[in-house]
Amino acid sequence: MTGFRTLLYKELLRFWKVSFQTIGAPVLTALLYMLVFSHVLESRVEVFPGVSYGAFLIPGLAMMSLLQNAFANSSSSLVQSKVTGNIVFILLPPLSHAEFYWAYVIAAMVRGMLVGAGVFLVTLVTVSVPFPNLLWALAFAMLGGGILGALGLIAGIWADKFDQMAAFQNFVVMPLTFLSGVFYSIHTLPPFWQAVSHLNPIFYMIDGFRYAFFGASDRSPWMSLAIVTGCFTALSFASLQMIRRGYKLRH
Amino acid sequence: MVPAISVKSLSKRYGSLQALDGVDLQVEQGEFFALLGPNGAGKTTLISVLAGLARPDAGEVRVMGHDVVRDYRAARRALGVVPQELVFDPFFTVRETLRIQSGYFGLRNNDAWVDEIIDRLDLRAKANANMRALSGGMKRRVLVAQALVHKPPVIILDEPTAGVDVELRQGLWEFVGSLNAEGHTIVLTTHYLEEAETLCGRVAMLKQGRVVALDTTRNLLADLSGLQLSMRLEPDRLPVQFEGRARRDADGAWVMALGRHAEIADVAVALRAEGVELKDLRVLEPDLEEAFVRIMGRR
Repeated sequence: MTGFRTLLYKELLRFWKVSFQTIGAPVLTALLYMLVFSHVLESRVEVFPGVSYGAFLIPGLAMMSLLQNAFANSSSSLVQSKVTGNIVFILLPPLSHAEFYWAYVIAAMVRGMLVGAGVFLVTLVTVSVPFPNLLWALAFAMLGGGILGALGLIAGIWADKFDQMAAFQNFVVMPLTFLSGVFYSIHTLPPFWQAVSHLNPIFYMIDGFRYAFFGASDRSPWMSLAIVTGCFTALSFASLQMIRRGYKLRH
Repeated sequence: MVPAISVKSLSKRYGSLQALDGVDLQVEQGEFFALLGPNGAGKTTLISVLAGLARPDAGEVRVMGHDVVRDYRAARRALGVVPQELVFDPFFTVRETLRIQSGYFGLRNNDAWVDEIIDRLDLRAKANANMRALSGGMKRRVLVAQALVHKPPVIILDEPTAGVDVELRQGLWEFVGSLNAEGHTIVLTTHYLEEAETLCGRVAMLKQGRVVALDTTRNLLADLSGLQLSMRLEPDRLPVQFEGRARRDADGAWVMALGRHAEIADVAVALRAEGVELKDLRVLEPDLEEAFVRIMGRR
């Protein structure tokens, strides 16, 4: 356990030492989204009855920031270590595969949740949102952070260069997070795009998380929870297999 | 006693390159062992397999009796590796780096030993400096310290003195020598053959992924012809009695094999009798470099 705790501590310290960039910057970005979108759309869109557009947007923005930063944490840490070569300090010690996996994923979850909480608190200045059902909110926040943390781990192991990582982030993570109903309810989309959205696992994370605030959602929260849990299990299994086989880590 | 390192029929291929081709090697506990060979001979690949950074295609590799694949955690606990590249984590100070490395090896209260290696490697003044602020030589010392946090019985140093100034090199060897005296097994690769010659009891030479020589340093040197005399003459004319015994080297000096040192006097007397003046005279002792060049030159 000491090996796991140390790797987790190192991963936490890594982003904490530059928290201005790793937490402050994404919170500011989300606040800007909030100011612009809610100002433009406030009077035109009502997604759930009795819920203002600004209030609707806050949980989605918080979750989107959480997910993007969970991904950024594990992926950037790994790709940096690989490119600079200091990954050997983790490969030489007797860390088990599970210790390696959980340390990176939990650190990613923690950073994601700190950013998510930061976004939530800051955007509350502009609009008021009902206090969430904590169990639902935490379940989706942790699972969402875990999924994107594991995805970041996979991308970090796969990518050999920073531009490959940037491609993964820009062409996979960004479209998935943007097309997940952060800014709208997917019921407002044409049927084809609704069907496409239902294939996006991030849609269920956002939808379930929003349920924790408004008690209303596009899909049943239980179904979302089951899908998100399934995704987390599958990605965990895949990343553990990669670590066990030493894919791109041990020749 | 179980060998510190045991390598049996080890092969490893990278694409079309056969990096290691049936390597057999055993290093006993307490040895100071050198792994020599030109670039691309397979030294670093062999070290990578020992450290678990590369997976063997065939063969069996053990560190202190632990298989590096099946029993990887025990094998890694027994091994400290100083990598060739000057790598570091720019987020941390020297002390943080060493504490974190201790933790990876499962050691929680390791501060006393961390302080000791900081002192013994002369890192005290930089202990709280960020890794980025350190000179190349200092970073190299931190790499050595990182390899030692868990007091491994077997220590591998991959080109530890490449690009290191003379003072640090000597300090480093003194320190590594003291570790060896304390019972640690040391394996090193180096391009400086005189270092291997003075430090190491045994030497393995690798060429194109195979072990081409494996013996004590003393035996490798004994196999070479003994003393040689190199001289430049004025006029450049060799007395008749030495013709056939001497040859010209690439620089045009005469080189002659001697049976014993006392023969030098005979040569000098014979030259004077012929009226030939000695412009330059050097006695060449056999060294590992010569052995290396000869062994690598063989087909």
